[in-house]
Amino acid sequence: MAKQMPKRNLEKVGLGVTGACVVLVTLVVLALIIMVAQKGLSAFFKDGVNIAGFFGGTKWDLSNSDQNGMPYTGALPLIVTSFSVTILSTIIALPVSLGSAIFAVEIRPRFGSKVFQPLIELLTGIPSVVFGLIGFHVVVGACKAIFGVSTGLGILPGSIVLAVMILPTVTTLSIDALRAVPDGYRQGSLALGYTRWQTIWHVVLKSALPSLMTAVILGMTRAFGETLAVRMVIGGIEKMPTGLLDAASTITTTLTTSMAVYAEGSAQDDILWALGLLLMGMSLIFILIIHLIGRKGAKARG
Amino acid sequence: MSVETSAVETDSTSADFMASVSSSEKQNRVSGFAISDEVVLETKDVNVYYGNHHALHDTSLAFHKDEITALIGPSGCGKSTFLRSLNLMNREIRGCRVDGEIEYRGHNINTPSENLYELRKSIGMVFQQPNPFHMSIYDNITFAPRRHGVRGKDVLDQMVEESLRGAALWDEVKDKLDKSAFALSGGQQQRLCIARTLAVHPDVILFDEPCSALDPISTLAIEDLMRNVVKDRAIVIVTHNMEQASRVSNRTAFFYMGDMVEYGETEQIFQRPNDARLNDYLTGMFS
Repeated sequence: MAKQMPKRNLEKVGLGVTGACVVLVTLVVLALIIMVAQKGLSAFFKDGVNIAGFFGGTKWDLSNSDQNGMPYTGALPLIVTSFSVTILSTIIALPVSLGSAIFAVEIRPRFGSKVFQPLIELLTGIPSVVFGLIGFHVVVGACKAIFGVSTGLGILPGSIVLAVMILPTVTTLSIDALRAVPDGYRQGSLALGYTRWQTIWHVVLKSALPSLMTAVILGMTRAFGETLAVRMVIGGIEKMPTGLLDAASTITTTLTTSMAVYAEGSAQDDILWALGLLLMGMSLIFILIIHLIGRKGAKARG
Repeated sequence: MSVETSAVETDSTSADFMASVSSSEKQNRVSGFAISDEVVLETKDVNVYYGNHHALHDTSLAFHKDEITALIGPSGCGKSTFLRSLNLMNREIRGCRVDGEIEYRGHNINTPSENLYELRKSIGMVFQQPNPFHMSIYDNITFAPRRHGVRGKDVLDQMVEESLRGAALWDEVKDKLDKSAFALSGGQQQRLCIARTLAVHPDVILFDEPCSALDPISTLAIEDLMRNVVKDRAIVIVTHNMEQASRVSNRTAFFYMGDMVEYGETEQIFQRPNDARLNDYLTGMFS
């Protein structure tokens, strides 16, 4: 049995190493959440920033102070801009993603798996700064030329760039969702006299709906959190946007722009942490929605 | 009968089967077996190709009203391929070509202009794996009628009850019509699929190994069901289960390596097979 001893020790080492990894990850995640929460909340509880004013105020200006000596911390313009680019980019990307996924799965499956999917996955690897660069030179230029505005920066070019960026995520996940629909459904539908298109619409898309919604929400999560490419085309002016071609700023772009400007522990610095907390909260909500959809789908399948 | 003579001239296998057909017809007359003369669906020299692979050779068969015809044979013999030609489901397979005439009520449906979607209302199909849709029991039944223009809640309600009663499922599910079809057992799901097919009142129902995924009790229930719904229509069933073929069918066709080898009254096929290959198959020499 002497030979088995080192093995048993190895088991213990394995347990120790893998267990340590889990502990490390858990600690990092917890520390992250606690730090952001503590810093972010101190803006409200230590520096006395009004929570209602933060969510509802329309004036964001950290470098100037009001009569109470507090910076202007109305984050509503940032929140509105963030949601605008997220929703608009989803509206642009979704039909294209869904259309190409249907083509790649239902109409030309071999082309879909051999050519289209590798191509779309290539798009995932392109760094966001490249998208931003292309967006700045092409999309912004086009907006300037087409709409006759002076800068061409704003929510519209931001949304277009984001749409291209989330396209591969949403498309790949949609392809997976459609592929997961059992072939028996299609055959059953065709055998009952449904045409191919009716089968796709009434059977395939309907059965894939929970997974398709997950695809869309993951795309939205990416759009909501994307910073660099958006910063390059949106203009970066923290005021309530009045139009799609009005220079604006999202929560993320404001964070990057103002990050290194204010002293640590100042009200201005804390309020930026509050923005970070807001971003984290939103992504948590997105993930929660995905879980709810997944659970509902599992329940419907019995 | 030009078809018969050309088949006799061209290959001996077809000649064998033609001989067997005529002998079984004689027996029918002698035994007085109640068969209907009304042919609902008939194939004439049907050939099926998957790309370059010639999967089914010159198959001519007739399916009669009020009768169940079983298609038997070892795996890969072409019986399912033949079945899927009958409602032109093979057209959905890339690279598959079906030649020859398939006459439904005297009219050739194997033409490019045939309206597949109307046709499949008349020729329904039930699959090997129960494949109810990811929706409620009620919606599974009304799925096809709605496509074919049936509207109105009363009409649909009545249709659901009729179809489910027809498939001997009504009493089990009448209180949970709005529940997901996935809450049913495998046998119930298969009966739901039959009910779904019955809802459009097909003339012919094709069964592609409908019981191979089911337990013995559910299998017997499906067999009973087939005998009940065959009234006023023709049923064609592909099965690997020889007992099943002998239990449910009026006529049987034996397929082997892409040829329809022997066709006749089920009793004759199982008791007095003419073809040596059929005899070997029945005695379990191969399966």
